[in-house]
Amino acid sequence: MTAVLQAPPTSAPATGRRRRSPLAWVREHLILLIAGLAFVYMLLPNAVVVLFSFNRPAGRFNYTWQHFSFDAWLHPCAAPGMCTALGLSLKIGVLATLLSTTLGTLAAFALARHRFRGRSATNLLIFLPMATPEVVMGSSLLTLFVNLRFPLGATTILIAHVMFDISFVIVTVKARIAGLDPRLEQAAMDLYANERQTFFRVTFPLVAPGIAAGALLAFALSFDDYIITNFNASASSVTFPMYVYGAASKGTPVQINVIGTVMFMVALLAVGIGQLSARRRTQ
Amino acid sequence: MTALLDEPVQSTSGPDEARTAGAKRSTPYLLLLPGGVWLLLFFLAPIVVLVSQSLQTGSLEQGYVLTWHWGTYVDVLDTYHVQLVRSLLYAAVATTLALIIAYPLSYAIAFKSGRWKNVLLVLVIAPFFTSFLIRTLAWQTILSSDGPLTHALRQLHVLSLLRGLHLIDNDQLLGTRLSVVTGLTYNFLPFMTLPLYASLERIDGRLHEAASDLYASPWTGFRKVTVPLSMPGVVAGTLLTFIPATGDYINAQLLGSPRTTMIGQVVAGQFLRVLDYPTAAALSVVLMATIVLLVAAYVRRAGTEELL
Amino acid sequence: MATATAPVSTSVPPSTATAPDGGLRLVGVTKRFGAFTAVDDLDLTVPQGSFFALLGPSGCGKTTTLRMVAGLEQPTTGQLLLGNVDITGTRPYRRPVNTVFQSYALFPHLDVFENVAFGLRRRRSSSVRKDVEEVLELVQLSSLAKRKPGQLSGGQQQRVALARAIVNKPEVLLLDEPLGALDLKLRRQMQIELKRIQTEVGLTFVHVTHDQEEAMTMADTIAVMNGGRIEQLGAPAELYERPATTFAANFLGQSNLLEATVTGTEGEDLLLDVRGHRVVLGRSRSAVNQGRLWLGVRPEKLRVTTAGAAGNCLDGVVTDASFTGVATHYLVRMPWGQELTVVQQNDGSAPLRPGQQVTVTWTSDHGFGLDASQDAHAGEERVLPLPDTEPAS
Repeated sequence: MTAVLQAPPTSAPATGRRRRSPLAWVREHLILLIAGLAFVYMLLPNAVVVLFSFNRPAGRFNYTWQHFSFDAWLHPCAAPGMCTALGLSLKIGVLATLLSTTLGTLAAFALARHRFRGRSATNLLIFLPMATPEVVMGSSLLTLFVNLRFPLGATTILIAHVMFDISFVIVTVKARIAGLDPRLEQAAMDLYANERQTFFRVTFPLVAPGIAAGALLAFALSFDDYIITNFNASASSVTFPMYVYGAASKGTPVQINVIGTVMFMVALLAVGIGQLSARRRTQ
Repeated sequence: MTALLDEPVQSTSGPDEARTAGAKRSTPYLLLLPGGVWLLLFFLAPIVVLVSQSLQTGSLEQGYVLTWHWGTYVDVLDTYHVQLVRSLLYAAVATTLALIIAYPLSYAIAFKSGRWKNVLLVLVIAPFFTSFLIRTLAWQTILSSDGPLTHALRQLHVLSLLRGLHLIDNDQLLGTRLSVVTGLTYNFLPFMTLPLYASLERIDGRLHEAASDLYASPWTGFRKVTVPLSMPGVVAGTLLTFIPATGDYINAQLLGSPRTTMIGQVVAGQFLRVLDYPTAAALSVVLMATIVLLVAAYVRRAGTEELL
Repeated sequence: MATATAPVSTSVPPSTATAPDGGLRLVGVTKRFGAFTAVDDLDLTVPQGSFFALLGPSGCGKTTTLRMVAGLEQPTTGQLLLGNVDITGTRPYRRPVNTVFQSYALFPHLDVFENVAFGLRRRRSSSVRKDVEEVLELVQLSSLAKRKPGQLSGGQQQRVALARAIVNKPEVLLLDEPLGALDLKLRRQMQIELKRIQTEVGLTFVHVTHDQEEAMTMADTIAVMNGGRIEQLGAPAELYERPATTFAANFLGQSNLLEATVTGTEGEDLLLDVRGHRVVLGRSRSAVNQGRLWLGVRPEKLRVTTAGAAGNCLDGVVTDASFTGVATHYLVRMPWGQELTVVQQNDGSAPLRPGQQVTVTWTSDHGFGLDASQDAHAGEERVLPLPDTEPAS
């Protein structure tokens, strides 16, 4: 005698599938719909930026669509002062990236690999810049420079950028180091590699993607920073974000949109390459 | 066989071990030194200077003296508490909205995207790397009174509805608390999405199967399994959104009006235009203290998560 | 002190200063982690060219011992000697010792060829290509030389790990439970492979495992470890047939342990009383000659029959019969509650069923006698608590 299993009562009707109402379709795909709307929300401004880079506005401001034109693309440096500002942002960005990546990577190794007194205090010190509003960081640095009678300019901007970049680099690299199997380094030493060789042949190549990610993040944060930069700049050291902000009240040249579009394309490319190489490495 | 090795196998046990142990002890401090010094000099010290500045009296011409003048704080709170509360409110609303939007977004990317996962991640991260000022200016275009969006909403009588809800004041979308909060939410959405995504991604898909095997409906499975496991991401995301949003003033400046002034604008104004340093510094300190208190309370309630 | 106990021993007393054959020697090695002693005053000699197994349950200190030989841990006290050379304080990259790690630890950013070549390159060998190709031949992975570890199966990764270690022709090759992650059939194949490679290349292998079947299959000599010490050391057959402690008796295979008392002798045999029954045990097979002792019999040495039998006999009732293909495992309950395990090869005769009255029988040269003061349950791997019918320990 075999026992018959009773199926527990289910809420979904077994045969109701055939009569799928539009409401049921919405419920099933609700998540995807919301996600789709969210994506629209996130990418709409980018689309507008790209679109309006092809605009030929009537007045000083680029808010209403007038006329399709390649003008801005053909003469990207026509807007006075913009390319100078762009150059300064790039210079400061590269320098800040180099400095913060170096300092941050060293610190990340210390935190991830060693146990020492003051470790939790150090972790806190590194976390604080990421949790402090830019207004506070910018204004406090300004008071420091003013009190030291240190002249404001590109140098103070650079100092500020390195300051907030370090934390982000440390967090990024530390995560990568923590994910590294320590037995790989033991295996290297077992195979006749001394400490230095182990580091350069095993540890560093495996941590390198994390360092690259940290550097990319540092550059992006530096290039795009406005608030802290504004507090610590002078009239002669105008970065690209400062230029854009000024343009918002004085007049927005279309070239700004051109730069914005280029930045977006470069970002897509960089992040896309990063994702592809990460995927290829794990295969 | 020993001839194959570069270095002699024979050695004494003592010095070898002692040497490396000694080197090991000072290594972390040396590695930390440059970065740590930079942060101490250019992050910690300035804050100390800021606090000290807030207790000084004087002027730029005459110089400042540390007089422990706490009255500045009283004045500041008296004059600007409206902007302070407004900033906290806007940030809270923007954070909540960001959470509501980002959760389904991250969920979709983590669980329902299949082959497109990497593409979608790129689309989430890439805007973050392009100038946020330019993108915020784009919102000016989108929300402008002559633009198609405003026209459409006016035709659909949505504008009058929004006016009834006190989200806007008259017939335009710009210069309202709606536009400021929209901008804030937009700008900080990636900060909410990425930690949430990271946390959701880590959830083993088989847990959903186990829940369903144990008679949980998809919604119950979500409530009882997914949500609790995603809490670290939620905590991280809300902090990374709320804190910078409180001090932000770009959105308020570009998309708002004098009626939507946030505390960040006041601080910037005091520092850069009015040049009243003690007041400005006091404002800054008040802002920071408020945030620290709120965050401490929040983290304690949400459980001590290791955010690093 | 924990030198190997009496029955067989290949360990050298600590006072001997030289090991003429260049093997591995551990002298009084102890490792403490804070208050916890992982390895307790270990003395061990591994002859050159032998396949040596360190066998024991998890936490017995076998992996720690291995890591000390590799140089990845430092002993708290004691000495490690390779040949005549004291390598106790030498850094791992200066020891002619290589390890096959439990998780393989293959370098994910290098392909198979470069993984295997790693040690050779560090030592600036002049015949890298030739040596690597030779050893890849040996482990049958020549066609996968350009692949990355992430693209290999578990068995292939294991062979790369092995090749990477062997190619350096170390004086001692250490294997840390290398077959743990493989499925049963593959594991069996690899056990035979490893043994073949070891005899072919002639290296000294020290293999750490908790799988006693694996140890018995591959090793020339086994050291059974428990709680940081060696319980018994010897060839697999000797360890199995003449365990020196209850731990060894229970950990290596299975044992039935019966309470017994010596009542007299008869020529070369001891006369024992087991719960009122007369039992004979060869005198040379017992560590104890008078008073109480544990009489141990291996399940496959017992015969179950419904007809009568000569020799040592105990009557009981079958409570369980499990067919495993090659054999049938019976549980036979004795009148005093103890259940004996009997493993009978399926020779075609009719299997017995639960409830049948049977006689369990064995010959006097198949039992072994152990000190009664030892814990009868030492070495058993128990998940569920003991039922009340087990003999009191």
